[in-house]
Amino acid sequence: MTDTAAPKLSRKDFSSDQEVRWCPGCGDYAILANVQGMMPDLGVDRERLVFVSGIGCSSRFPYYMNTYGFHSIHGRAPAIATGISTSRPDLKVFVITGDGDGLSIGGNHLIHALRRNVNLVIILFNNQIYGLTKGQYSPTSELGKVTKSTPAGSLDYPFNPVSIALGAEATFVARSIDTEREHLAHVIELAARHHGTAFIEVYQNCNIFNDGAFAALKDHPEANQIRLEHGQPIRFGADHERGVVMGDDGALRVVDVADVGEDRLLVHDAHREDASLAFALSRLAHTPTGPTPVGLFRQVERPTYDGLMEQQLVDAEQRRGRGDLARLLAGSDTWTVGD
Amino acid sequence: MSKTVETLESVTIRFAGDSGDGMQLTGNRFTSVTAQVGNDLATLPDFPAEIRAPAGSLPGVSGFQLHFADHDILTPGDQPDVLVAMNPAALKTNLGDLARGGTLIVNGDAFTRGNLKKAAYSQDPRGDDSLGGYRVFDVPITSLTVGALSEQELSNKDKQRAKNMFALGLMSWMFSRPLEKTVAWIEDKFRSAPDIATANVTALKAGFAFGETTEMFAHSYEVAPAHLPAGTYRQITGNLALSYGLVAAAERSGLPLFLGGYPITPASDILHELSRHKHFGVRTFQAEDEIAGIGAALGAAFAGNLAVTTTSGPGIALKGESIGLAVSVELPLLIVNVQRGGPSTGLPTKTEQSDLLQGMFGRNGEAPLPIVAAANPGDCFDVALEAARIALTYRTPVLLLSDGYLANGAEPWRIPRIADLPDLSDLVQFAPSPNGDVFQPYKRDPDTLARPWARPGTVGLEHRIGGLEKADVTGNISYDPENHHHMTELRQAKIDGIAASIPPVAVDDPDGDARVLVLGWGSTYGPIHAAARRVRNAGGKVARAHLRHLNPLPTDLGEVLARYDRVLVPEMNMGQLRLLLRARYLVDVQGYNRVHGLPFTSRELAEAITGQLAALTAPATDEASP
Repeated sequence: MTDTAAPKLSRKDFSSDQEVRWCPGCGDYAILANVQGMMPDLGVDRERLVFVSGIGCSSRFPYYMNTYGFHSIHGRAPAIATGISTSRPDLKVFVITGDGDGLSIGGNHLIHALRRNVNLVIILFNNQIYGLTKGQYSPTSELGKVTKSTPAGSLDYPFNPVSIALGAEATFVARSIDTEREHLAHVIELAARHHGTAFIEVYQNCNIFNDGAFAALKDHPEANQIRLEHGQPIRFGADHERGVVMGDDGALRVVDVADVGEDRLLVHDAHREDASLAFALSRLAHTPTGPTPVGLFRQVERPTYDGLMEQQLVDAEQRRGRGDLARLLAGSDTWTVGD
Repeated sequence: MSKTVETLESVTIRFAGDSGDGMQLTGNRFTSVTAQVGNDLATLPDFPAEIRAPAGSLPGVSGFQLHFADHDILTPGDQPDVLVAMNPAALKTNLGDLARGGTLIVNGDAFTRGNLKKAAYSQDPRGDDSLGGYRVFDVPITSLTVGALSEQELSNKDKQRAKNMFALGLMSWMFSRPLEKTVAWIEDKFRSAPDIATANVTALKAGFAFGETTEMFAHSYEVAPAHLPAGTYRQITGNLALSYGLVAAAERSGLPLFLGGYPITPASDILHELSRHKHFGVRTFQAEDEIAGIGAALGAAFAGNLAVTTTSGPGIALKGESIGLAVSVELPLLIVNVQRGGPSTGLPTKTEQSDLLQGMFGRNGEAPLPIVAAANPGDCFDVALEAARIALTYRTPVLLLSDGYLANGAEPWRIPRIADLPDLSDLVQFAPSPNGDVFQPYKRDPDTLARPWARPGTVGLEHRIGGLEKADVTGNISYDPENHHHMTELRQAKIDGIAASIPPVAVDDPDGDARVLVLGWGSTYGPIHAAARRVRNAGGKVARAHLRHLNPLPTDLGEVLARYDRVLVPEMNMGQLRLLLRARYLVDVQGYNRVHGLPFTSRELAEAITGQLAALTAPATDEASP
């Protein structure tokens, strides 16, 4: 959207003057630095960027971005962002949310934003815990989680955010990790360039209430991060010795490449119209304690909600001419009373 | 054969039948034609919440009342003079309202054993003396309709369905209404089904001819045109007027209109109507729930639109937290509550005005917001413009109260000239550039206390807002105790300051010596006004005033209340405005409170006023009338 040769902005230009107030060591810092760092490359003028959030630790994010920002109420950011994006297609709107904000109190807004395909980038910080309210289990906490509100262990089965997004007809679904700087930056940039709703789940460490939730992926990246790359066979491990195949029953399995041969490996197709394979990939790991796919699960083109709405307005005006208030008020059935 | 024509000043007709009998449509058509002949009129549709209750059952009865006259009228009529009952259930549920000596037309064909049983009649009321006090016309409407359509290739069921048009034709003859407009309307409506169009037109004409030729009816009636103020008129319902008011506010402010809403009775028609005006640049967003409806509207307000959310009481309950956010971020937002009976799901299709205190106080924290209310269907148009004026001037959410009676009730509306509408464009002042070294989003206008409206896309105004308490001027997050108290006072002062922009109370007191004031708000305007006329015609002295602005109240209201020995506030709730007035002005306001789901009758209010007049002379036990 930049049309002039303005001096290139730097990360600093996207940092607001507000003191960042997350706990020292919080994974949010890395995500913030990453987003600020990739903004200059996005090519969108700063005044056209809007960050909208709900409530929770992650939702403080907009205060630290030197862009337009709206820190709203718990769970409602996708709704507010939908109003902004739908009425102003010239803006680039980001939603910053968390596992509690986006999947619990705001689950309804999240799924409807995804199915509508409003032009939004939704970044869901998943730390599998309620941080701001000091440590209750969240809708992504593993079953049996012992927290302040579940001293005998949580009873509710967790959501898999990527599965939810795919089930909600999302056109762009990706996953990354707070500390994987380059991977995260790449995924966010892909999302920001997508037309429609782009959903990114970011595994984010809460070092106070749920430290080490993603240790399996962070401490053993080769063994446990299945990096999805479009058009490439899905394999991982220090020597790419493991891979993903589709069994005769249609289910995906993690295998040793040596056992099956390279030719049997599933080739990732992120642009497949049918979401079922992306969904199957999301089911390889329900909670990230073993080999877990990260990267772009799915990206397809579908008309955006705001684009379609804009088109209806244009069509209506073309067909009927610009609305005439006097004609509207008069209607077709009138009568006149004389003096 | 020519029959005599008797002239009447005013008539109230009620069409009642099964909810599948097309009574609303019949009533609406009769209303249109009545408007065309120049009568003043007011209507009251009354229908069940169920789309199709079991046929012939008591809960399935749908009614449409129309009051029309040769003079200006204010209500849909206390009691019908004419009742058209299409089946026994309709007779049973409506007969009690028919004026003594009134005209009763029943569809004799519908009085079958089965229908009588469904209506809980142990015997046919036509055969006993229960109808003795009325002029009863037992017309086999169904069989006459089917007979008139004998030549047509239609199923018997389709033929029977045209019986409402036969009834309309009969009523059109009885009250000297021309058929041409209705014929044209039918032909247009059923353009794609010419058979059905022909059947309906034939039935309509057969009904008219039946009245003219049968010896059953001795004469017909005529109601002369009313002497309304000069101008061009149309018929309008409250929901339509409100929709047009919103479009007009957008056009007059130069802002694009954005509606975020969720379907809810009786507000959905506003969503429907606005979705038809895309060529005005109107965006309508049917959200996944009430909360998303206001959320999207608030987002659109942030983005620089004239933003609206429309709902009814249960929806306001869901939107409460978002309204609080709108108060905190101080953005212009119109919130429309078309009130219905509560609590909870309550009476979705019936009217009530019991959400005033919800609007005043139904949020956490100190969260004041302005409230305006419409007085009659046409007033919904003006009040929408007024709500927009307040929202844009003071950058605040504004609550607009309508109700189910206004929403669906119709009346003649003098179409305003566009040039006479308020110009709102000067009120729209987007901040052009930073108001300091850095942009200060909470630096207020010294007169209105409004904060700048900084539209995303404007260079140099990048800023963050939110629901956390903000430091005065800078808008940065602040937990400072003194700042919070100061900001709380500022938010209140901003709303209080709106009073300076609203007109003083207009008191209607013809002789200037009344000692009783009857004060109303919202849709009680018509019944109160009509009741005051009744009292005055009977020699009583009563002053009358009506509030459009409920928060803040007009600055002179306390002074006005103090001038009267007694103040009566009739409300279709249990005394909500009365509570506010007593608290604010320490005046011993009396109430007349009923929640019947229907508008007040002028008769009951006249009695309540008369009770207050009587209490002037007997002050010892002056309880409000029951």
